[in-house]
Amino acid sequence: MNVYLKGIQIAYSGIAVTLEITIFAVIIGVALGLIVALGKMSSLKPVKIIFSVYVELLRGTPMVVQALIIYAGVPMLAQKYGIAFRWDDPVIASILVCGINSSAYVAEIIRSGLQAVDKGQMEAARSLGMNHFQAMRFIIVPQAFRIILPALANEFISLLKETAVLSIISVVEVTRRSMLWAAATFEAWPAYLGTAIVYLSITIPLSRLVAYMERRMAQSDRSK
Amino acid sequence: MIEVNNLKKEFGKLEVLKGISEKIEENQVVCVIGPSGSGKSTFLRCINLLETPTSGEIYIDGEQINGKNIDINKIREKLGMVFQNFNLFPHMTTMDNITISPIRVNKSSRAEAEKEAKALLEMVGLQDKANVYPASLSGGQKQRAAIARALAMKPEIMLFDEPTSALDPEMVGEVLQVMKDLAHRGMTMVIVTHEMGFAKEVADRVLFMDEGMIVEQGTPEEIFGNPQNERTKSFLSKVL
Repeated sequence: MNVYLKGIQIAYSGIAVTLEITIFAVIIGVALGLIVALGKMSSLKPVKIIFSVYVELLRGTPMVVQALIIYAGVPMLAQKYGIAFRWDDPVIASILVCGINSSAYVAEIIRSGLQAVDKGQMEAARSLGMNHFQAMRFIIVPQAFRIILPALANEFISLLKETAVLSIISVVEVTRRSMLWAAATFEAWPAYLGTAIVYLSITIPLSRLVAYMERRMAQSDRSK
Repeated sequence: MIEVNNLKKEFGKLEVLKGISEKIEENQVVCVIGPSGSGKSTFLRCINLLETPTSGEIYIDGEQINGKNIDINKIREKLGMVFQNFNLFPHMTTMDNITISPIRVNKSSRAEAEKEAKALLEMVGLQDKANVYPASLSGGQKQRAAIARALAMKPEIMLFDEPTSALDPEMVGEVLQVMKDLAHRGMTMVIVTHEMGFAKEVADRVLFMDEGMIVEQGTPEEIFGNPQNERTKSFLSKVL
């Protein structure tokens, strides 16, 4: 078989793991991110500080370092205190790392989306007798969601690319497949060309979709 | 029905309301006029606690609304509010804008809420706009829809915060007409406005505010025909 096709095929064999990690991580990221966003917007000073520090720490360190801390560091820490703990499956650790990492970015996306909704919307809702929770649920969040959808999709795309660094903690995803094959066959050029093509086959359609969503939004804004 | 005692509001160091005392009776239409920055809107927004007063008391139907242990949501149901910028919910049709609160807050059935919404839409002349989104309404239509939305909660009092200031001139009339109809039906209304002609025609009383105080008040004839205070005179000479 053509060595270039083989390179693509090898990289492609890791796609299930890459997607599995990305999808679950985004779910964790959005759930945690919502909590973090609300925490950062809290009127309670200590709560606000805790969540702000959380975001700063995660955004201020490379994800590969976070992965090493969780995958290699934490089991050692546990051992030191006499707890036998190791990650049976690096994929689980990866989902956790990516999910927590993503939550910091998602939190900022959600926060800016909620704040982008005009202040008058909350006032109108409250003046109609809705309590704060009802106003958020029926009026603010649905509008914020439409605003943040493209940004969330972008976060999904960048997370998908970032999962490549997980090869360092021995997760056999797209990049790792190619590295192993390149090491065994010395076909580095076809191997990594294949890796790039496999990532692009997902990211290009997704970013087209984001561009489409952004255009749709710009249109509905114009007609306001 | 609305009673305000020595109401003060400060934003940081800026004193916007410097002790307002006022009584508004049932079925009265009261127009609040005055230069920009005189505290008219802040006064109105304090009445339904969109702004929290720094001090003073506000009573609605004899019940103090700015004390402790007050269910502000219950009180706001008595007060309808119309904003300068309409603040319609852009992600809902006109019909849903009107029915969301009766359904979610008052727990009305959808059928009941829609029936009442239809009657309200007819009243404001928008019966054919029930299923369109606010984006496709003109400014005047938006404001009429916003009035219908506020009325859907069956308020005892309607508060209007410069309802025609964001409108193109040719759309002002249609909104004022709806407000006139409402006044003729006996609705208690407090209207912050720059429409002096409207105030003259519809108001039972006019309050002139300047620098955070009610400087002068009286019937439209008194205020517009024979103002006593120098500041009232100078303001009216500029706008009339």
